[in-house]
Amino acid sequence: MCLAIPARIVELKGDKAVVDAMGNRWRARTTLLPEAKLGDLVLIHAGFAISLVDEQEAKKTWDLLREIDDFEETQDKVSG
Amino acid sequence: MLERIYRAQKVMDDACKRLGRQINIMEVCGTHTVSIFRTGIRSTLHDNLKLLSGPGCPVCVTDQSYIDIVLQLAERRDVLIATYGDMVRVPGKTGSLETKQPHSNVKVVLSSEDALQLAKDNRGKTVVFVAIGFETTAPSTAVVVKQAAAEGVDNFCILSGHKLVVPAMRALVSEKNHNIDAFLCPGHVSVIIGYRAFAEIAERFDRPCVVAGFEPMQIIEGLGEICRQLAAGEAEIKSVYTAVVTEQGNPTAQKIINECFEPVDGYWRGLGKIQESTLRLRDKYGRFDALKRFEITEAPAEDSTGCRCGEVLCGLIEPPECALFEKSCTPQSPVGPCMVSSEGTCAAWFKYGRTRNTKQ
Repeated sequence: MCLAIPARIVELKGDKAVVDAMGNRWRARTTLLPEAKLGDLVLIHAGFAISLVDEQEAKKTWDLLREIDDFEETQDKVSG
Repeated sequence: MLERIYRAQKVMDDACKRLGRQINIMEVCGTHTVSIFRTGIRSTLHDNLKLLSGPGCPVCVTDQSYIDIVLQLAERRDVLIATYGDMVRVPGKTGSLETKQPHSNVKVVLSSEDALQLAKDNRGKTVVFVAIGFETTAPSTAVVVKQAAAEGVDNFCILSGHKLVVPAMRALVSEKNHNIDAFLCPGHVSVIIGYRAFAEIAERFDRPCVVAGFEPMQIIEGLGEICRQLAAGEAEIKSVYTAVVTEQGNPTAQKIINECFEPVDGYWRGLGKIQESTLRLRDKYGRFDALKRFEITEAPAEDSTGCRCGEVLCGLIEPPECALFEKSCTPQSPVGPCMVSSEGTCAAWFKYGRTRNTKQ
């Protein structure tokens, strides 16, 4: 549950942002990370940006999430 | 990359040979637990290196008494319950939100902000936000409590089940399980609190504390660093998750937690009452505290199901040692919280354990 997802800030008005990860977009807040700017990559947890993150690290996490997704699908198929 | 894995594994093997006894490393993060099981890391380790899954999943450590209060509140016609999806299936004494309550007054939310919005959209009811989670999640609750106060959203309140990781680690090494040699510390909790937060555990209790991320390479390097320290007789705080975890953490998030909450003694599933381990709203925000608003007194729950989640959370037994595991307790029909949450140790054992956890 404490997993945070890297996402890019694609819209920002005050502390209200729209973020994008792997093509999925959702609303998030930057209240806890006032230094965040439009275009920054940030870690999002439960609707809030909690840290800046670099491109390489974001990519690693996205790859891992994709892999887990694929794996979960495989597991579901195997189990029925 | 292979070279880095071999290097870390050599350090681990050398430490096992040098110490000549079983080394117990506990992870205190549900995402680590899942990643360790999913990748089968355990099966690649030296026979003397044992990984224990500790109290790292917020759903799993939530005491049954808390669930019982949620269920009690959900019976009221003037209340809407806003909860993260993880909590809906956790059984209390008389069922879960899923089985017991009319679903119309239980709303699943993805963020604390959604819960506050629910209150704004339903002024005729009181919205109780089931606020669970460690330090990663607590600041997001604090933000909306402050917002509710500023905007006068008086039909909003929270039932704080927010917990602090370090007091639980302290309780484990000081009384619950003396066999824990070191901790693999949570990645995203540490983004907030900074790795310096574990200094007490390293210095006072002489246990290495190493923060790692969630990909397999990070976990292996974290375990390698722990073993290096154990073999050298050191106990230090360190982060191998340098991309996002700093020594100081996120100061804005820490400030807002401290502004809204104070640490008080609290009940943990299986670990009992732990000093200054739970976050309660400060008096300034007392009117947003569901316990005060509904005049509820907390009391520890007595579990009569035979569920041994508590011992699992302390690393004292592994799930198959519980008589209910895979029999009356399965992910489809969970008895204890460690089987409910996908990050729970029992659920991970059920899903991956039989084929991927142990050496065949």
